[in-house]
Amino acid sequence: MAVMTMRDALNQALKEELARDPSVFLMGEEVAEYQGAYKVTRGLLDEFGPKRVIDTPITELGFAGLGVGAAMAGLRPIVEFMTFNFSILATDQIINSAAKMLYMSGGQFKIPIVFRGPGGSAYQVSSQHSQALESWYAYFPGLKVVMPSTPADAKGLLKSAIRDDDPVIFIEQERMYGMKGEVPEDEDFIIPLGVAEVKREGRDATIIARSLMVPTALKAAEELEKDGVSCEVIDPRTIRPLDINAIVESVKKTNRVVIAEESHPFCGVAAEISAEINERAFDYLDAPVKRVSGADVPMPYAKNLERLAIPDVEQIVAAVREVSYL
Amino acid sequence: MSSQTTERREKSNAPAGSAAGVLDAAGTKERPARQESAIQNEDRGTLIKLFHQMVLIRRFEEKCAESYSLGKIGGFCHLYIGQEAVGVGSISAIREDDYVITSYREHGQAIAKGISPEAVMAELYGKAGGCSGGKGGSMHLFDKTVNFLGGHAIVGGQIPLATGVAFASKYQETDKVTLCFFGEAAVNQGAFHESLNMAQLWKLPCIYICENNQYGMGTSLARAMSLQNIAEKACAYEMASEFVDGMDVMAMRQATQRAVKRARETSQPTLLEARTYRYMGHSMSDPGNYRTRAEIEKYQERDPIKIFTATLKEQNILSDKDISDIEAEAKEQIERAVRFAEESPEPDPSELYTNVYANPLS
Repeated sequence: MAVMTMRDALNQALKEELARDPSVFLMGEEVAEYQGAYKVTRGLLDEFGPKRVIDTPITELGFAGLGVGAAMAGLRPIVEFMTFNFSILATDQIINSAAKMLYMSGGQFKIPIVFRGPGGSAYQVSSQHSQALESWYAYFPGLKVVMPSTPADAKGLLKSAIRDDDPVIFIEQERMYGMKGEVPEDEDFIIPLGVAEVKREGRDATIIARSLMVPTALKAAEELEKDGVSCEVIDPRTIRPLDINAIVESVKKTNRVVIAEESHPFCGVAAEISAEINERAFDYLDAPVKRVSGADVPMPYAKNLERLAIPDVEQIVAAVREVSYL
Repeated sequence: MSSQTTERREKSNAPAGSAAGVLDAAGTKERPARQESAIQNEDRGTLIKLFHQMVLIRRFEEKCAESYSLGKIGGFCHLYIGQEAVGVGSISAIREDDYVITSYREHGQAIAKGISPEAVMAELYGKAGGCSGGKGGSMHLFDKTVNFLGGHAIVGGQIPLATGVAFASKYQETDKVTLCFFGEAAVNQGAFHESLNMAQLWKLPCIYICENNQYGMGTSLARAMSLQNIAEKACAYEMASEFVDGMDVMAMRQATQRAVKRARETSQPTLLEARTYRYMGHSMSDPGNYRTRAEIEKYQERDPIKIFTATLKEQNILSDKDISDIEAEAKEQIERAVRFAEESPEPDPSELYTNVYANPLS
């Protein structure tokens, strides 16, 4: 084990997988000579050379599609979006090409590709650079969607995503790149996709959280513990496929659920999880499922407004109190 | 050939005017003599194969129209009638292990690349014996065994994919080339420009073949494109390009051979603009009211099969008997394809949930 930032854990995963499989290559804006806009790809050009670590023009639709085509011909591309905000330009290739190729070719063309980069809220970059897009991608059969919340998860899940034979949307949280944690340095350390983790065990209420909301939920759980409310915090880690069984097991134990997310509430992942809980565990609920989502507005610039738009510890504490009738 | 290319470019710089004017600008009036000289270096077997494929595709598409009207084929169905020389001529210039990737008007190219008419027809019928297992339909024909990488149905969507396939060939240090077909309307998409930029920047062995049939659905080229000489657009990327008479199968074959040589030997991309014409509507649901009968007939006078037939007869390559034998063989192939499609079972209901993921996880 070594203590490192999420940035370095991701870097280590990329380095190990590039070394392990010559069909893996990395492309994106500023990933090579600039060493990555967020320095996740630092040192990779020096180690693997310009054939395998490739700076692209600012042409998201083009290089996303190029990656999918390369995957059709047997390569395993890792495509970095400088931020997922720019992936919006590439959605035709992600959705119409990557997600559907295996199906519409009757199983002939698998697309082993990872689209990765930072997503979710950033610091004061306003509406177009600060948004959560996981519910878009999770909507589509054919895509897998992964959102790590710790450096160890980031490393283990990214390695699994690169080895996976399907297109994986791997969303890193921009605010969490500097977050530190213990990370196994074993090159065979992987975390399987589609497996949730209980980040904190508890008896009285379940908080389901992903990405940036996991550390926020853990702080809320600490606050609530002081008042004698024991919270279980579950991180699905993979949004699609969702480990709904792990969630239902927790609900059966605690009978109360809060789902925290950065994204907008309408048609969001929390709405989907809530529906699944209602369908599978309604009789175990002692209170309606409560969502704590980002504000239903484009992200504002002003510091005070931005703070109000992103769920915080207080909102999660209040939601747990509400479902606990406290 | 370069002087001819230059000459054609100069002519094409004249104002486009009528659709016929645009086609003439591709040098088509010189065609009969050109085709005659072009066949001199070809063996008879190759010429017969080209002729046979064009006839087969024409008859296949006619049968599709019939089956569509009978309700045997559903959804959208885009026919290739009039454009056969483009797919047949260019695909004849590549190796079996080279790649083809294209748009939704791809029945003819699929057959030319080696998918059997049976497997194509069964796919159109939505049957398990189809080349995509009945899951793709008319717009999504695939066959990995012959490196036919699909029919893609978002206009221009296959152009970045083709660029990636060519990228992979270079990365894997093979000398395979990729042919990418698209209609002229796709040229207005960002995907076209983004792809050509990367292909030239990274010197990728991709041959972009624009099938300029002069209409994007019901909108004529003149109403949709500011610079209508599409081959000229390659200069924005310093890419090699050529106008080609898309009604002349030999011109398509030879232009593609030049591009293939460039791609294989120097890993350089090429943009070919094939001037052609589709006789049918955009799809089976399009009656084509945006153009006149007279306009269509004018192009039919220069029909690719008609002019190739004339050349082959004049040069004593084919007799009337040979031609009727080939017609009879094509008819038999189509009958076999329809029979196969009719008899092939529907996909098993369990297939609904297969092929969503390669690693389903749960």
